[in-house]
Amino acid sequence: MASEFRLPALGADMDEGTIVQWNVAPGSVVKRGDVVAVVETDKGAIDVEIFQDGVVREIVVQPGTKVPVGTVLALLEGAEAPPASAGKSGAADESPPPPVTAPAAERPSPVTPATTGARPRISPAARKRAGELGIDVATLQGSGADGVITLEDVEQARSAPQPTAHPPTAGASSTASMREAIAAAMSRSKREIPHYYLSTTVDVTPATDWLAAHNASAPVAERLLFATLLVKSIALTCDEMTGFSGFYRDGRFEASPAVHVGVAVALRGGGLVAPAIMETAGKSLTALMDDFRALVMRARAGRLRASELAAPTIILTSLGESSVDTVFPIIQPPQVAIVGAGEVVTRPWVVDGAIHARQVVTLSLGADHRVTDGRLGAQFLARVAQRLADPGSL
Amino acid sequence: MNREQLAARVLELVTEIAPDVDPTSVIPGIDFRDQFDFDSMDTLNFAIALHRELGVDVPETDYSQLASLDKCVAYLAEHVS
Repeated sequence: MASEFRLPALGADMDEGTIVQWNVAPGSVVKRGDVVAVVETDKGAIDVEIFQDGVVREIVVQPGTKVPVGTVLALLEGAEAPPASAGKSGAADESPPPPVTAPAAERPSPVTPATTGARPRISPAARKRAGELGIDVATLQGSGADGVITLEDVEQARSAPQPTAHPPTAGASSTASMREAIAAAMSRSKREIPHYYLSTTVDVTPATDWLAAHNASAPVAERLLFATLLVKSIALTCDEMTGFSGFYRDGRFEASPAVHVGVAVALRGGGLVAPAIMETAGKSLTALMDDFRALVMRARAGRLRASELAAPTIILTSLGESSVDTVFPIIQPPQVAIVGAGEVVTRPWVVDGAIHARQVVTLSLGADHRVTDGRLGAQFLARVAQRLADPGSL
Repeated sequence: MNREQLAARVLELVTEIAPDVDPTSVIPGIDFRDQFDFDSMDTLNFAIALHRELGVDVPETDYSQLASLDKCVAYLAEHVS
């Protein structure tokens, strides 16, 4: 039985993408979870996975083509929904199909010093790809907003023998399209979602003491960040309280059976993505930290997976060190809640009737009045704070 | 390793953990945080890379001494055997 593989949506704010590369060709055998294509979007280059097993019959959309979400990209044969009991996660011993375009699997050559003061404006993914292909980015002409070199430009340069030298445009934003996408999602959020906001300042000295002790004795690769404790506390709280983790669609709230906490990651060139740590509540702190680290690395290198961007059921935006006391977070539709955390700071705090210097953080919640009210929201933040007070149980 | 070699190695590690940083643009005397928005995740990843590649175990309490290229080189010059 044949089926269609369509361009998936990556959350509320993406409506089109450009196919950059296929990792499969007609005849390739694909398994659920395989990355079959690279798509350039407003959120950078995204690895798009397939969610069924089968054999590729036809590639419908060729590289370089920009298409709307939902477009049929390829046709599959023998595709069927994977049996629920087949234990698909054990398929790691089978290697994925080799990329059709077979890029040289060498390390990128060392970056040569720029010959002029101005360096080309280029997306991280495009820079990485250019390195893999041995293309000098200074010879590329950017087609992105304000002359930014995109992944697409690099791929085209590979097939074009005579790239046109062109001085890069300086001074303009390299993230104009991502900015537009963020603006579209946040406008929709503010237009459609009746937000309420709560905040509470929490003494997290037990958590920071526990963390310092853990990090002093653990091998460096197993050290944790404070945000990991927050992520786990939020996930466990979502597991016990309904109304905060899930999606509001078609006029009603659908609670998510699994909690996937998204973590807002700032990109150095500007912009923001919030990929999910999958199945957050069931993971150990060490496993969460490994996932968190990998997500941040891939977000900044421009190699997120489509499923990670679409999955979050609630988001944590933690502005961290040297930032602010309080975040007033805006929900990312179709989600219904978002948790903010400011900087952990030392403040005078009353404990047992006496003033002490304590480590405190202000947690905030933006939530959807169509689903919950402030009283339940307050309970939610209180439960997160209680869990942080007992870090050993996380 | 002399200081030049250490600085080159540190730059390699910085761009390994932060592939979106252009190594030719690093100013040695300015903190990574102020130049590249280095955050606590970057600092931790940097400490992991130093341990893996140079065998230096930097305790969390010394992270502030890794804040810039110059500070890193000074710190490592004392701690790399």
